[in-house]
Amino acid sequence: MTDAVLTSTLEPPARATGWRGIAADWSSDQRAFKNVSWGKAMMWIFLLSDTFIFSCFLLSYMTARMSTTVPWPNPSEVFALRIGDKEIPLILIAIMTFILISSSGTMAMAVNFGYRRDRVKTAALMFVTAAFGATFVGMQALEWTKLIMEGVRPWGNPWGAEQFGASFFMITGFHGTHVTIGVIFLLVIARKVLRGDFDVGRRGFFTSRTGHYEIVEITGLYWHFVDLVWVFIFALFYLW
Amino acid sequence: MTNVAVPLEGQQHSLHAHAHDALASGTTHAKGQQHPIKLYLVVWAWLFVLSTCSYLVDYFGFQGYLRWSLILLFMVLKAGLIVAVFMHMAWERLAFAYAILLPPLLVLVFVSIMVFESDYTHLLRAVFFAQTS
Repeated sequence: MTDAVLTSTLEPPARATGWRGIAADWSSDQRAFKNVSWGKAMMWIFLLSDTFIFSCFLLSYMTARMSTTVPWPNPSEVFALRIGDKEIPLILIAIMTFILISSSGTMAMAVNFGYRRDRVKTAALMFVTAAFGATFVGMQALEWTKLIMEGVRPWGNPWGAEQFGASFFMITGFHGTHVTIGVIFLLVIARKVLRGDFDVGRRGFFTSRTGHYEIVEITGLYWHFVDLVWVFIFALFYLW
Repeated sequence: MTNVAVPLEGQQHSLHAHAHDALASGTTHAKGQQHPIKLYLVVWAWLFVLSTCSYLVDYFGFQGYLRWSLILLFMVLKAGLIVAVFMHMAWERLAFAYAILLPPLLVLVFVSIMVFESDYTHLLRAVFFAQTS
């Protein structure tokens, strides 16, 4: 503790930027990530590993689609929705995309209000984010129901290559699971924020440690990642 | 630990100029990522525009290389905006940004391997399992 007081009275040395900064940070003593807390670094590293998982799913989908001699079902028609008497291509997926982007927007603002220690606004925006996420999962359940009723199975479908169903259920199912976990994560943290845990230094019931508002940004990182994965799924699975 | 970290906050000022306005307007001195709300709203609007564009690619039924390049373009722009602004990667130190962003790029090597592999599989299927009726 005395060390910390001593250190904080000193002017911190200016850190190099650019390539010199990279070399200096990585070859320095103690830690390479100079102004990133362990919590944030670990979330990023977890997201990196999750990136590889989703990459493998999308890669196996690409391999299946490129190597089959049977025509691939046209997603534009498969995911079309009849509104009134007009068949609109991909409309449900487009709405889901806008919902997820909106949830990312509210999350980014929640992080901002969190660092201003405005706990009511932070919690409110996190609840809105969670509501958007729950809506997304609900619409996905609707989409799954529709496709299953039409006869799509992991081993076959009425329109073409059999691998379509397996790829669809695997990729969107795994993404939907991530959204669901994100909604739970958001609700847990929003409750803590609203209760003022990070203002009064209340200890977590599981870790017995005090938290701070940075957890809102870390939750946000996970949530934005879920949105990010959807960007790739939307482009590569639904639009391709 | 946190005391030590405080003076290190907000040292890279390349993109941080506007952050101080937000700091000044905040009720208390807040550390961590602080950017004006307007920035998030602008990015949000752009994400809406880009999503609409990629949806219109399908709606107008563009085909072939035009379709694929437009899809990839809008995808990369959206992903870049989310990572850079919403996830604050633009304001992190390069040592951290490269540690996180370079490994996923190596997946492209895996992609190219699997492109060759699936072309080969497709060839074998076309040659040996072609419909003969």
